[in-house]
Amino acid sequence: MSIDFIIAAFITVVGLTTPILLAGLGELVVEKSGVLNLGVEGMMLIGAVCGFALTYTYGFDYPGIAPWGGILAAAAGGALSALLFGFLVLELNSNQVATGLALAIFGTGLSSLIGQGFTGMIITPFGSIFPDALATGRYSQVIFGYSPLVYFALAMVPAVHWFLNRTRAGLILRAVGENDLSAHSIGYSVKQVRYAAIAFGGAMAGIGGAYFSMVITPMWAEKMTAGRGWIALALVVFAGWRTGRLLAGAFFFGVLMTLELYAKASGFSLVPSEVWAAMPYLMTVVALTLISRRETAGGNAPACLGKPFLPTA
Amino acid sequence: MANISRRTLIKTGAAAATLSAIGAPVLAADKIKIGYVFLGPIGDYGWTWAHNQARLMVDKELGDKVETVYVENVNEDASAIPVIRDLAKQGCKLIFTTSYGYMDQTIQVASEFPDVKFEHCTGYKRAANVATYNSKFHEGRAVLGTISGMMSKSGTIGYLGSYKVPEVVLGVNSMALSAQKKNPNAKIKLVLIDSWFDPPKEAAATQTMINLGCDIVATHTDSPGPLQILEQKKLYGFGQGADMSKFAPHAHLTAIEDYWGPYYVQRAKALLDGSWTSTDTWDGIKEGTVRFAPYNKVMPDDVKAAADAIRKGYMDGTYNVFTGPIYDQDGKLRVKEGEVISDADLAVMDWFVKGVETAS
Repeated sequence: MSIDFIIAAFITVVGLTTPILLAGLGELVVEKSGVLNLGVEGMMLIGAVCGFALTYTYGFDYPGIAPWGGILAAAAGGALSALLFGFLVLELNSNQVATGLALAIFGTGLSSLIGQGFTGMIITPFGSIFPDALATGRYSQVIFGYSPLVYFALAMVPAVHWFLNRTRAGLILRAVGENDLSAHSIGYSVKQVRYAAIAFGGAMAGIGGAYFSMVITPMWAEKMTAGRGWIALALVVFAGWRTGRLLAGAFFFGVLMTLELYAKASGFSLVPSEVWAAMPYLMTVVALTLISRRETAGGNAPACLGKPFLPTA
Repeated sequence: MANISRRTLIKTGAAAATLSAIGAPVLAADKIKIGYVFLGPIGDYGWTWAHNQARLMVDKELGDKVETVYVENVNEDASAIPVIRDLAKQGCKLIFTTSYGYMDQTIQVASEFPDVKFEHCTGYKRAANVATYNSKFHEGRAVLGTISGMMSKSGTIGYLGSYKVPEVVLGVNSMALSAQKKNPNAKIKLVLIDSWFDPPKEAAATQTMINLGCDIVATHTDSPGPLQILEQKKLYGFGQGADMSKFAPHAHLTAIEDYWGPYYVQRAKALLDGSWTSTDTWDGIKEGTVRFAPYNKVMPDDVKAAADAIRKGYMDGTYNVFTGPIYDQDGKLRVKEGEVISDADLAVMDWFVKGVETAS
């Protein structure tokens, strides 16, 4: 196995890891604030279509800026759709599971509607912004050969960790997620904190979706995220609501999926290929079982996760 | 979005037609109504797009005699039943269900509406009022295989497939056999991704096959994603179902186009003149169901000529890629010299020929 072979395989792994890492980080923050938003898939699709649409529309006149605008549009699209969810669950106290599922379906439909005029179009992939010598060099491409979104995702891992564990705002967010009534009683606005977390989660899911439509396959096609939002959701649980483990889990998923493809293409079948395909889901089941068995304070799960906030009750 | 595309107009028309049908189900007796059940969106630039083009051809050819309605994004599960039933209740006299996964649902609804005729695409279950039709995509793959065998420098050709169903098995084998006629050492690396449409996985699988030495990758899944990867790597591939050259102007050598129009027109006419019967149709290059997108200008002339020779061979019936000797993956002789695999055997083929590398 040559070094070039390993490098090429690694690049595939990074491509599969990044979008679920982005969406997973966002969802982790949302869940830490005590809200369960199952609509990740829908928000990713809205992000994917918004990012593509803006980049396509302005890409000819402003090729340098358009992709950055596209990323902002993806984040805004994801955040706005998330805030709609936020309004329903925070103001009207609707059931979070049902509302989240509705958001997933709504996002699929809305993205198809927005994307109607954009099917069959292509844009330039939002690739590396480093000089070609670095971005395509035999070894340097391992470090410099990716879309800015990859570095953004990696930078967000320590950033989210630092925010949650080392800042006052992060502490408040966790307090709201652990015991909303206590946080409320000492004067924190539970709703405001949760709105902010939900918007952040939507923005990250949107950017994750844009990674599909702007980087991997620079086009828009309905349902192009093909279920990655659900994987991201499972990943948050698998990671036990810890950022480091989320990165490891996302990378693990990317490696598993790549191994599956390599095994198939090599005519190599230690285990049936279906087992490889089922691995992420099997791992989720295993992770859930482990978390529920470890009864010390329910692992790291926020105590108020999924529960409506009813201060007067 | 201010632009009113042809598609949105049609959609509005279809919605209006649906509404009016609910209001007045038995009017417009002199027109026959034809319904279509589509798997994907009509803008997928692949499978469903091709079926919709055929629907438009029926509109154009038969004009005032027909009215067509369609439903997009219909899942291949029990939820297809009410969709098909609705079309029948709306007064459709001929209903095309355009994917394999609607087979049992079509049969079930057909039993409830004996006066309505049904046409099921790529299936094998028929009834007095259910006909089936399919396309010999593998004839197209023989042309792609010929091109690949001549243009691949590594002799290793990637094949991205969905599931191990006869349609895909035939495509792989046709590709391998025809490539080996041009390059006896040609190999096919097959990756089945357990989905017809998953752009990120299709892209990752394409990267994988390229890394394993494939310099041409053919796709038997529906998105143009793989072509975009090939374009970035400056390698070659083919469109699937429709001309996808705008996604990859350099990489797109040609495409197999599904051209269902003539069949749809013929069946609608048969219904109009009362000659419709339940039939099993499996057309290919000769009948015009399998067509090709224009060759890319990067293809050398001798490759174009060789590709044209295969097409001509199928047109006049002198060529069949499934002519022996054919060996299977283990090197066992499966088809003797001079023998040809019959259509009936092709329809259930479940083994791969020599030179195909795959895990399943």
